[in-house]
Amino acid sequence: MSTLDDKAGETVEQVETTKSSEKEQKNREWGIILIFFVIGLVGSLAVGWLVFPKLLYSKKKQPVDFNHVVHVAAVEDGCESCHYFREDGSFSGVPKLAQCVGCHEEAQGENPEELKFVEEYVTKGNEVPWLVYSRQPDCVFFSHASHIKMGKLDCVTCHGHIGESTHSRVYEENRLTGYSRDIWGKNLAGLKKNTWDRMKMDDCAECHAELKAEGKTIETLPWPISWMPRPYEKPASSQVRVHIQKDACFVCHK
Amino acid sequence: MKEQHKNTKAKKYGMVIDLDKCTGCGACMAACMAENNVPFKKDESNKLDSITWMRVYSLTNGKKFPEADICYIPRPCMHCEAHNGHAPCVSVCPATATDYNRNTGIVSQIYTRCFGCRYCMAACPYHARYFNWWDPVWPDGMEKYLSPNVSPRMRGVVEKCSFCFHRHQLAMNKAYVEGRRELEEDEYQTSCTQACPAGAIIFGDLNNPGHAVSQIAKPDHKHGGRPMNPHAFRLLERLGTNPKVYYLSSREWVRRAGDNYIKDEGKQGNH
Repeated sequence: MSTLDDKAGETVEQVETTKSSEKEQKNREWGIILIFFVIGLVGSLAVGWLVFPKLLYSKKKQPVDFNHVVHVAAVEDGCESCHYFREDGSFSGVPKLAQCVGCHEEAQGENPEELKFVEEYVTKGNEVPWLVYSRQPDCVFFSHASHIKMGKLDCVTCHGHIGESTHSRVYEENRLTGYSRDIWGKNLAGLKKNTWDRMKMDDCAECHAELKAEGKTIETLPWPISWMPRPYEKPASSQVRVHIQKDACFVCHK
Repeated sequence: MKEQHKNTKAKKYGMVIDLDKCTGCGACMAACMAENNVPFKKDESNKLDSITWMRVYSLTNGKKFPEADICYIPRPCMHCEAHNGHAPCVSVCPATATDYNRNTGIVSQIYTRCFGCRYCMAACPYHARYFNWWDPVWPDGMEKYLSPNVSPRMRGVVEKCSFCFHRHQLAMNKAYVEGRRELEEDEYQTSCTQACPAGAIIFGDLNNPGHAVSQIAKPDHKHGGRPMNPHAFRLLERLGTNPKVYYLSSREWVRRAGDNYIKDEGKQGNH
């Protein structure tokens, strides 16, 4: 019996030593797992936040580098001088060559971009293939007339301070959808600081739905436009209350 | 803006189709397809899977010569108001891809929202809804003739007549630029209305007593929009779908057929 007990004691000791070494080994395993987890997490974040957007969006340059500041200073009517309403109520959008020719029949200065524009497009009579940052899918009907003429909104509210740009920025095209990155927005986390940061349906709905509750005006909205006055923006009091119902799908769709 | 919205009366766009004038030529169908980018296939003989927003059916009175008579009946979407906007298709749509607009009375169809369950097709008593079994394939070069004002549909969604709603959108744009919120009767007309060589189709606001549609059909708004003109009728009136397309016929058998009477049923109808 005693021999058996001794043996039993030995085995117990053995078990204990193996147990403690097992514990250490387990801790070490967890450490390794944690390290790999962190490496994996950081790696995938880096891929998702840095590499993927670079892969997803192709960067394109506008055919001609356009200086808005020079043009806004030269025209009398502000944005509407070139981006005007036609008589039938449609919006002209990006000007056609015919309109540019009015002033740029011949180069007016020594700017290489203007020379390029005159040489390649005006003299040859080719339309400039401008890349439109705000191009929407074809199921979208957007009425500039209702927003500008009836709603008295500013161009800036949706398009940002493009009138203050001296160079055309890079046009980023989503390789999968073919739409401009301006539609989805630059911020990867989906955060939005300005009304013009994004142009998705949610962003339209934001304005329309927030103002649905009666009595709410655009001034009471927690938006930058209400507390960031711009000198060329109309006073907030002229901003509109937008009314929308659930049955209004056909207002913005076609 | 809100105050002005309250001042603009809700519209109820509707149609009156004079079946005595309709010759069944099909110009409305052709005009509709061209206007609305309606896809077609090489072989359109199978009417179960072809798409026609506007469809001309022919009715016969089933009698032999010399009493034999035929009537052509163009059928767009009826844009049912039913009771309080609960059109058959609208109330069954699980995706809210179709809705009833109280400001215009038009039943919309949002293709990007539709996922193709086709409940609405089952619910529609007029067969006005069609399913895209294939992606549209346009003959070479024809895509350049597509209207940019109507978005083309993709495979797997349902489509139907929209009363050329894009024309309303464009007309409103013009009105806004001119500082108006109201449209004239002739500013918003559907494609089929303008294409009909017989002038059988009339389009306008049923709520506006100045518009021809309301003068001719004389809708009784207190009683579900029933026509007070004894020659006017609506398809399947008894279902209570309260459609906004009225038909005119001087022939009684046509009016009875429109309400889907069974043979030995009593003669009294609602007109």
